[in-house]
Amino acid sequence: MTISAPTLEIAVLVLGVLILLVEAFADRIDKRSLAFAAILGLAAVFVASFFLTPAPVEVPAGSLWNFYTADALAIFFKRFALVATIFVLIMMVDCAPIVRESVPGTTHQSGLGEFFALPVFTCVGLMWMASAIDFVMIFVSLELVTMSFYVLVSFTRRNPATLEAGVKYLILSALSTGFLVYGITWVFGVTGQTNLARVAAALSDPAIESGPALFGMVLVLVALGFKIAAVPFQLWVPDVYQGAPTPVTAYLSVGSKAAGFVVLLRVLQPFFMLPQMERLLVVMALLTLVYGNLAALPQSNLKRLLAYSSIAHAGYLLIGVVCLAGEAIAFYLVSYLLMTLLSFAVLIVVAKQTGDNIEDFNGLAKRSPFLAFAMMIAMASLAGVPFTAGFLGKFYIFDAAIRYHQTSLLVVGVITVACGFYYYLKVVRAMYWETSVSDVAVPLSGLSRAAMTAMVAAIVFLGVYPQPILNALR
Amino acid sequence: MNLLIIVLLPILAAIAILLGAPARRTALFIAAFIVTATLLLYSGFEAGQPGFQRVTSYSISSDWKINFALGIDGFSLVMLLLTAVVTFAAVWFTGKIAQHEHAFYACLLLIAGGALGAFASLDLFFFYAFHELALIPTFLLIGIWGTGNRQAAAWKITIYLATGSFILLLGLLMLYRSVPEAARTFDIRDLQKVAGLIPADAQSNIFLLLLIGFGILVSLFPFHTWAPEAYASAPAPAAMLHAGVLKKFGLYGLLRVAIPILPEGAQHWSTLLIVLLLGNIIYIGLVTIAQKRLDWMLGYSSVMHMGYIFLGIASGTLLGTSGAAVLIFAHGISIALLFGITGEIRQRTGTLVLSELGGLGKIMPRAAFAFGLAAFASIGLPGFANFTGEVMVLFGAFRNGANPERFRIYQIATVLGLWGVVISAVYMLRTYRSVFMGTMRESLSGATDLRRSLRLPIGLLVAMTVWFGFFPQSFVRIVTPTFKTYFSSKP
Repeated sequence: MTISAPTLEIAVLVLGVLILLVEAFADRIDKRSLAFAAILGLAAVFVASFFLTPAPVEVPAGSLWNFYTADALAIFFKRFALVATIFVLIMMVDCAPIVRESVPGTTHQSGLGEFFALPVFTCVGLMWMASAIDFVMIFVSLELVTMSFYVLVSFTRRNPATLEAGVKYLILSALSTGFLVYGITWVFGVTGQTNLARVAAALSDPAIESGPALFGMVLVLVALGFKIAAVPFQLWVPDVYQGAPTPVTAYLSVGSKAAGFVVLLRVLQPFFMLPQMERLLVVMALLTLVYGNLAALPQSNLKRLLAYSSIAHAGYLLIGVVCLAGEAIAFYLVSYLLMTLLSFAVLIVVAKQTGDNIEDFNGLAKRSPFLAFAMMIAMASLAGVPFTAGFLGKFYIFDAAIRYHQTSLLVVGVITVACGFYYYLKVVRAMYWETSVSDVAVPLSGLSRAAMTAMVAAIVFLGVYPQPILNALR
Repeated sequence: MNLLIIVLLPILAAIAILLGAPARRTALFIAAFIVTATLLLYSGFEAGQPGFQRVTSYSISSDWKINFALGIDGFSLVMLLLTAVVTFAAVWFTGKIAQHEHAFYACLLLIAGGALGAFASLDLFFFYAFHELALIPTFLLIGIWGTGNRQAAAWKITIYLATGSFILLLGLLMLYRSVPEAARTFDIRDLQKVAGLIPADAQSNIFLLLLIGFGILVSLFPFHTWAPEAYASAPAPAAMLHAGVLKKFGLYGLLRVAIPILPEGAQHWSTLLIVLLLGNIIYIGLVTIAQKRLDWMLGYSSVMHMGYIFLGIASGTLLGTSGAAVLIFAHGISIALLFGITGEIRQRTGTLVLSELGGLGKIMPRAAFAFGLAAFASIGLPGFANFTGEVMVLFGAFRNGANPERFRIYQIATVLGLWGVVISAVYMLRTYRSVFMGTMRESLSGATDLRRSLRLPIGLLVAMTVWFGFFPQSFVRIVTPTFKTYFSSKP
């Protein structure tokens, strides 16, 4: 049995609509079962993604394949989006009591159904984005993702911090969308094309004016810089990450970032023959690395720390972008998905008992050795200790930089890695060195424990044996 | 005995201990097993044969030609032996652990497993990765169970070593990229074959990165400041393992990777290396004399002695290089013994300030005897392996470009290095006098001597260093075939 690639998105979309319908008409069921249904459905789509028919080689004009590709990179990131969404939904089940408290409504389950349905729609957007090779398509799928995030970020709206996060995200995101459309207009104005392949062909014509095209591209870069949280478009990140419900933060930092990088890789390809572009990206990568890592050093709130760390990781990923190392970026994003989601998953469970400051993790090794161990693996991987996936991610990125002789990026990269060891190990220190604030064991549901075990196993497995990921990219 | 078992057993045992296996008994059993296994390896080793023996290899990444490959030659064999013996002693020396006993033994075994894996790896990736495996356990060991200013010390060692490791990683990646695409590999054996293909300027750049990276890990002057503080604060077994074994990874790496694969780079930076190692020997030597605490004195002395090993590495002669290998082994044994006994003294007296100690020889004769032996070994008295190593290193270094007409930098370095022997005699003997001789304070009179059972690990360590001190040929015979290939192209 074979399936054509767009069927996957349609299936996920139908799944989302079904969940909304069931939630609207079946009032009495436990709404958490909707989340389990979504998880099962997404898992089925994930399995189905291994039985795809290859995309047509010759693209007939005017067909869907003009703005949709099903190349290895696209399929890979579709699976990536599915896995990320499944883990986020598992975290959301853990978060259900918090949502109940902070969403106004008539019944005690108000809002839960939408909370579980929206990530499915985001997932559709992410999957479309992975396949988009036309500016129009990129814009539409990006908007689908952003729209559902507007709602998700401000979902627990009784909490003022969440509202603040929602407003900030809305305004800045809308602004960046404006930049994106304006940039696309400029590129279209110069080349007369929106399809990326044809834009590249038009740009290679020496008669064309590269200045305005470059200006348009810089505007697109601004918009994407916002999505991936690159300096100087990172200002929204700490507040939004801290204020949003934690599963949404995790989703934002993994899904939104991964999609941004895929689009960036695709969009930049035609423009890389212009030398100014590379210099601009190097500067952006340097700033992102330095800012993200230095600002993370003094943080005392774990969610904020992870926000800055997500900026820092955007910096390492930008090194890969400068070198156009798609494979390295893909592997880094996979490792980033695992370790970030794992740390947020532990954070959700611990924060329910004590809070989300680093000092609330004091003595976690006594209260819950399993959670402390999982968190230690996540932190070690984020810092880049060998035998974890995070190390191999940095390994491939640094290798790409060596291949392209990006000395400045290498020097700054090594210094910032050392910074990273400090702030990630700060969490390990709290868990293992400090004495506990309470002796009550942290409750942990079976599903979350299974998900965390799977992520720990995946981090260590990929840290020793990366070949499956490299094969999947081919 | 399969190398895979030796390398993975401590790591598996650490996991088992974390999952609830009886901590001390498991650790001790595993350590004893590894000592036996490496002694069997030693007895079954076919010396004189070039190349690696008992090779096992599993493919990890075909794109990158990364293999999980293990194998031993003479040099790695003695490093495994050193690791096994010191691990056994460190586990045996571990006293009562008040909190998280299981985690303590698991950390010790992880460090040992990392060191064993690094020394047995034939693949640069795993060679590097196994060493880093010890990073977080070290951080936890010092941070949780350390003494004194443990927090600062733990941060310092971790940040220093992480930075050093990533500089090293850049060097290794550049090395990987510097050979033509068809020959690209992480396999140390294959890299040695294609070493001639690396252009000279690339060699010198890569060698500098490796020298700084490995240098930070071995506390080469001026990257040494993490070492004394960390060793002073670490619990005794951790200091034994780290100063005795793990730190030697940097020296091992220089001798295994940097010198044979990048000979021209080594040539290019030899003057810099000699200046820095004289900093280790003379400057740190004088700093060591000025120390007022026993643990800091030992920490600095271990930094100082690295200078001799670097001199052997820089010597560029077979004699000096083999001497460096002997000295790596001998120093590992003697410093482990010194740190072990110091830990026992700290437990009994509660202080290591030299002016508050004194006369302990009367009430702790066993400790005084063992400490004396280790101190004599550390100074380099004849009869101990340290003496053999230092003599070989100094002769080897002196011989490089020797010319009766005038002294060149190697001869100057050798003469200055000889003064280092005097310096180390000064601080060791002065320390010994102020700890074990003289009048004893009232408050110390309750201190008891070492447990009788400690005779076993102490005896094992002393036997090792004395055996190789009296029969150096049994050691040199094993390690020289490794180094002979390095100098085969030279007259």
